[in-house]
Amino acid sequence: MSRTLTERILHGNAGEYVDARVDRAYVHDGTGVLTLASFREMGVPIGIDPARISVLFDHICPANNGTTADLQRELRQYASSAGVLFSDCGGGICHQIMSEGCILPGEVVVGADSHSCTGGAFGAFATGVGATDMAAIWASGETWFRVPETIGISLEGTLSGGAEAKDVALNVVSRLGMEGATYAALEYTGPGAETIDMEGRLCICNMGVETGAKNALFYADPVCREYLAGYGHHVETQVPEDCSYREECIIDLDDIVPLVALPHRVDSTRPVADLAGTEVDQVLLGTCTNGRYTDLKRFAEMVRGSKVKVRTIVVPASASVLLRATEDGIIADLIAAGCMVVTPGCGPCLGIHSGVLGEGEVCLSTANRNFKNRMGVGGEIYLASPATAAATALTGSITEPEVFHA
Amino acid sequence: MLKGEVICLGSDIDTDLVIAGRYLRTKERAVWAAHVFEDLDPTLAPRLSGAVIVAGRNFGCGSSREQAPIALKEAGVVAVISPLFARIFFRNAINVGLPVLEADIPSCSDGDEIRIDLEAGSFELCGTTYPFTPLSPRMREILTAGGLVNYWRGKA
Ligand code: SF4
Repeated sequence: MSRTLTERILHGNAGEYVDARVDRAYVHDGTGVLTLASFREMGVPIGIDPARISVLFDHICPANNGTTADLQRELRQYASSAGVLFSDCGGGICHQIMSEGCILPGEVVVGADSHSCTGGAFGAFATGVGATDMAAIWASGETWFRVPETIGISLEGTLSGGAEAKDVALNVVSRLGMEGATYAALEYTGPGAETIDMEGRLCICNMGVETGAKNALFYADPVCREYLAGYGHHVETQVPEDCSYREECIIDLDDIVPLVALPHRVDSTRPVADLAGTEVDQVLLGTCTNGRYTDLKRFAEMVRGSKVKVRTIVVPASASVLLRATEDGIIADLIAAGCMVVTPGCGPCLGIHSGVLGEGEVCLSTANRNFKNRMGVGGEIYLASPATAAATALTGSITEPEVFHA
Repeated sequence: MLKGEVICLGSDIDTDLVIAGRYLRTKERAVWAAHVFEDLDPTLAPRLSGAVIVAGRNFGCGSSREQAPIALKEAGVVAVISPLFARIFFRNAINVGLPVLEADIPSCSDGDEIRIDLEAGSFELCGTTYPFTPLSPRMREILTAGGLVNYWRGKA
């Protein structure tokens, strides 16, 4: 019988419970502390090749106070003594680092963070788990899953005008709703899929969890193969089988327009044009959704030679992104335009440091979540693409990217 | 082989109904066991020892609190059967050692005898055998050990 990609990777049919070998397991500074506590309670040694485990500091980097610093020191010491892969503050967001050559097609990848679904962009089964589950994975390298049913999303056409992969992600979330794909896998196929680059696919898979999905994936095609070859991996492509989906939808990329999600629901999207003129206090370019090289490049091309009108915070998703953007002059362009560039990591996304909002302040952010109070008590968050963020930074109010389109 | 007496409950029982937020400040499992289902039916808690809960759809929806399956287990619940569980509750339940079985439920009444064969993936109720989605070998081992932490602690 033909299977969905998720069923093929997990070796089971939708609805079945399976035991799976975990190829890559990762935690960040927040969930890593809890995982280590559970793991110590279990009282066993690491039961898998430590090279399959990563500990990546990104949430509060560098530490904002003594308590955070102490917790981070403990986990840092453990990570070095256990011989797992470790990325310290400044290295970047866990999901981004994992996407820089650490995740391969067909792998089972688990992260102790809800946006671990990002790695599905490589044709892997990537999902988030809790800290106790993660501790057990450290102990054995295995875990159990219920094989999810799959919602097939077929992409047709190509993106045009000011529309970007982020707008596709927002479109999917508003179509399915915040619970519409609860427990299911989202599988992207169709001729339009190959027109989206790896960074775009990472952005789209990243927001899969915003529909309640367990995982989201694209098949590994020549675009994916070429990207991974850049990291020294030579992989086979994956070809879809004629499988049955729980639900199917078709998205014509030609019809996608720049979208914005209104506070405080990710699925309450409207065309940017409808919101034009809404004043903002801050613009955030970054996060595991849109802090990648192409995002920074696109933004810099739009603001180059002008000055931003509101405080604009740029958080490169990783040190490699920052390095590449520095070498290409992108960072210089951003600074010349009046942007702040802060340490690679989650930055202000979770409302703890580097750009917390005040009561009643409005932020247009390229992140994935706009829950109430997420970036600061009483703050309001609109979500949009890097291009919309650039146009908004230049005018100080929500603006369609086409206005500045070169 | 697990056995117990049926207690029937409705659909969409959320974790707030299993254990109310006001009892979460303590870490005393006995407190959770004493107040389990209090806002649903305050007479239930003392009757849960040796019970198999047969619930409607979407059991365990709402907040992801791990205290909900712990409270049920601590109160003596043998297993919970539902056609569809909220997924975080389901995962938490296995990880704390509470058997949760996904099955379409035949008609039954409070007090009916039920026998569950985890290995075979079936249960017997009023003389008839019904299947449920079988648990994986690892899930059964975790349940036998009494939860994920115990499972590993035993291997030290
Ligand atoms: S960037 Fe934001 S959404 Fe992404 S992992 Fe960090 S805190 Fe979570």
